Amino acid sequence: MELSRRGFLKATTIGGAVALGFDLSHTRAEMRALKVSRTTETRSICPYCAVSCGVIIHTLGDRSKNAVSSVVHIEGDPDSPISRGSLCPKGITLKDDITRASRLTTPKVRLPGSDKWEDISWNDAIARIARHIKTTRDRCFVATNAKGQVVNRNPGMAWIGGCTDTNEFNFLQWKAISGLGVPYRDSQARV
Amino acid sequence: MTNGWVDIKNADVILAMGGNPAENHPVGFRWFMEARKTRGAKIVAVDPRFTRTAAVADMYAPIRPGTDIAFLLGIIRYAIETGRYHSDYVKIHTNAPFIVSDKFTFNDGLFSGFDDKTHQYVKDTWAYDGDPAKGGSYLLDQTLQHPRSVFQLLKQHVARYTPEIVERICGTPKAQFLKVCDIVTSTGNAQRVGTITYALGWTQHSTGVQMIRAGAMLQLLLGNVGRPGGGVNAFRGHSNIQGATDTAGNTEILPGYLKTPVGQMQTLADYYGSAVPTTLNKQAWASMNYWQNYPKFMVSLLKSLYGNASTKDNDWGYGWMPKIDGNYSWMYIYDDMYRGSSMRVGGKEPGPEGFITFGMNPVGLGPNSKKMIAALSKLKWMVVVENSEIETATFWKAPPEYGGASPAQIPTEVFMLPAANFAEKDGTFTNSARWLQWKWKALDPPGSAKSDQEIVSRIFLAVQALYKKEGGALPEQVLNVSWAYTNPVNPDLGEVLKEMNGKALADLKDPKDPTKVVKTAGQQIDGFGQLMDDGTTSCGNWLHSGVYTEAGNNAQRRNNADPTGLGMFHNWGFSWPANRRIMYNRASADANGNPWDPTRVGIKWNGEKWVGDVPDMKPDAPPGTFGAFIMLPEGVGRLFAAGLADGPFPEHYEAVEAPVPNLLHPKVTSNPVALKFASDKDSLGTADKFPIVCTTYRLTEHFHYWTKHQEAGVLNELAPGFFVEIPEALATDKGIANGSKVRVSSARGSIEGTAMVTKRLPSLNIDGKRIWQIGFPIHWGYAGAKGHTGPLANFLTASVGDPNTWTPEYKAFLVNLEKA
Repeated sequence: MELSRRGFLKATTIGGAVALGFDLSHTRAEMRALKVSRTTETRSICPYCAVSCGVIIHTLGDRSKNAVSSVVHIEGDPDSPISRGSLCPKGITLKDDITRASRLTTPKVRLPGSDKWEDISWNDAIARIARHIKTTRDRCFVATNAKGQVVNRNPGMAWIGGCTDTNEFNFLQWKAISGLGVPYRDSQARV
Repeated sequence: MTNGWVDIKNADVILAMGGNPAENHPVGFRWFMEARKTRGAKIVAVDPRFTRTAAVADMYAPIRPGTDIAFLLGIIRYAIETGRYHSDYVKIHTNAPFIVSDKFTFNDGLFSGFDDKTHQYVKDTWAYDGDPAKGGSYLLDQTLQHPRSVFQLLKQHVARYTPEIVERICGTPKAQFLKVCDIVTSTGNAQRVGTITYALGWTQHSTGVQMIRAGAMLQLLLGNVGRPGGGVNAFRGHSNIQGATDTAGNTEILPGYLKTPVGQMQTLADYYGSAVPTTLNKQAWASMNYWQNYPKFMVSLLKSLYGNASTKDNDWGYGWMPKIDGNYSWMYIYDDMYRGSSMRVGGKEPGPEGFITFGMNPVGLGPNSKKMIAALSKLKWMVVVENSEIETATFWKAPPEYGGASPAQIPTEVFMLPAANFAEKDGTFTNSARWLQWKWKALDPPGSAKSDQEIVSRIFLAVQALYKKEGGALPEQVLNVSWAYTNPVNPDLGEVLKEMNGKALADLKDPKDPTKVVKTAGQQIDGFGQLMDDGTTSCGNWLHSGVYTEAGNNAQRRNNADPTGLGMFHNWGFSWPANRRIMYNRASADANGNPWDPTRVGIKWNGEKWVGDVPDMKPDAPPGTFGAFIMLPEGVGRLFAAGLADGPFPEHYEAVEAPVPNLLHPKVTSNPVALKFASDKDSLGTADKFPIVCTTYRLTEHFHYWTKHQEAGVLNELAPGFFVEIPEALATDKGIANGSKVRVSSARGSIEGTAMVTKRLPSLNIDGKRIWQIGFPIHWGYAGAKGHTGPLANFLTASVGDPNTWTPEYKAFLVNLEKA
């Protein structure tokens, strides 16, 4: 009989009743279910170093609309040929990083000269950032350089990003940067 | 990495230098142990500290920070003098037989062509004899005896690096150095293979690129490049830093390492003129010169960027692309931000007044924290997209020792936008081995946090809307960028990956039989071999082509079968380029296409085609047709490389801040073309005031400036705060007790931390002088969970760096140490 690891855990839990020779069904009903018995497993990649260990994220919640998922456990993915289920101390504690209270949850703005953060809505934040970008780009745009060559660049802005961003984000970011004409751009790869 | 994580198990010798993989890549390091367990491989650790890698290595040799070139050239000298190099490999797969111009010289620490005024090299004398551009051909001496052959010039160049000189420069005792030489050069033959692994311990020096080159040259001489178990393997430090580089994370490159156009390239034809190399070697082992396909990659990229607006008549939209003049990389960003302007080809231009940072913490990451904060304080606005309230977002309330103005005097409007983390979005990461692996989204981000793809899209679309409504400076540049995703405000990342892979825009015909259609319009292409320069294909990154074909998303593949037995796993994820697992794998076979070692086949010629790994070679080109290094105009690996800023051969230079003069040429102590800055915040220290060498590093228990934010986490219990590692004898000299407070000062400022008195850092005897070295980890800063904040390591580092990569010199600088 082939058993998945999860199936094996279930089978031994249930099988225990038979093997003992007396009925534990009542006791079994009282047993605490395994924390991961009802979870959804998602395959992911550790976000820390560049080994790319496979991780399995266990969440509660069935992903139906309005159901909020929460992480209950993270473990190494035994199928990954690179990591074969191993994780380092950082990888094995990834849950702490996802669920910590210090995660940012709402947009904030610090106004010029102010000494505090203030709340701002997403729509207002995006609108004000877009206005800043346009004002800066229109003011600083260099259409031709000192030699008269057409250069179409916007040195009024700098943009850095991307050590734990996906490739797809990096591509979208490059398109936006090109569209805004930004020459000052760099990433974690430099430092 | 030229090879992969699992491939390390195929090595007979592993030289871990310029990195501490047991600490920083612990799960990748399992393959070191696997090699030892299954093959009896020898692991050699060379490091200033007795690291966690050293603790499990077969041999450890100490070295003074920043002197790795002397050490490596010493091994190269040993290999040549003893004949322990792979002669057959060197003759066909490297430029060792090429004859170099007699105008090329090296005297007293300077190569020919040094310009005293600009502190740069004019490189025209760094050239081969014979001018293929004028119809001639290179002169080669296959006996390697010609006095101006690359081989003889190299032999002459490294002759100075005797074991005695290595000991006097590096502080490595001669006996230990010779033992390293013996182990490493044991792979200089067909039967054995060795790998070199490194990380930021090589990169972050003012001579970083030449350190890596010295390692690569050693691997070429030993015949280890391209072979399973071999290669030159950079261990990158972040989950997708490889992907960031591949997809244009840096000012000088476009996606797929195409070059960012500069001002003098006014048309696409001008641009090709400088970017597309001519095939220089047309003899036997000719160059395949793969970059001749450059226009196909570039036009397809422009089609992807500008969509239907990109046409043949408008040069595919090339004119809208921003052109650069000079340097816009990391240290220049903050220097120009601080100054408020820059000089570009003789004209003054504005510096950055606005700044966007996605998942980056430049105040922690950049050298010279005081300068970083002073620079950000000049901004009109800044956008920080992050998981945590990081140092950069709160620079306006940095502690007083950082020297910033009071918040009332800082005009910057700062937006801090909450972002999803890795688990809360899908998409691919590319690991250090170039493997793209898909991760699936596990849950929604907390509160109103959004994915970064949604944030960048919302911002860009809002700017497009403003330009559409109001006009402004060159609106076409903004408006013609194609954002035609099914859901433009939050693009599906699978759809973006498809765009990066590339597709046919018209029916593509088979070049061998035009009656056959290979792809119909709209289909995903199979690989970059199908790209066209006539606007009939689009492709966001030619290197990723093949990742998302008509067969589906290949980054999602999870078949972990390994028929090669060598850890290649061709059906797990996708490895760029073309799903190739070992780069330069043509060099794993001899002149006839037979593998150097039949038990470790990279690729081999079966009489009709190359089989094994995906060949780094035209699949049906018989042995001898093309050289193994298909991207280079000369087709062979370079022991002599004319393209770098600081010399065709590596040379030992001291760090910009060095404790001793250069033993070989005291008049040229540090890299003569090192990158330096001259603002009032850029002070450099000298050995009389700052006699101790300092270096920085990471710990297993923390990730960069990130995990210190975990208020209830285990990691902060394991490594709760900032400490300074101090050699026992130095601590005794200074009366410093383990666990007491110490102050470390550089010319940039001083920080305080807990003393960790250790045996791990030996003092070194450098040419008769005792040199102390100390070090500390980088992970802390003024933002973080309560009780787990600390000084920024980069408070002490300088804005100086490598002239090729413009990466800061974090690994060797001068400090003083005292009781606090």
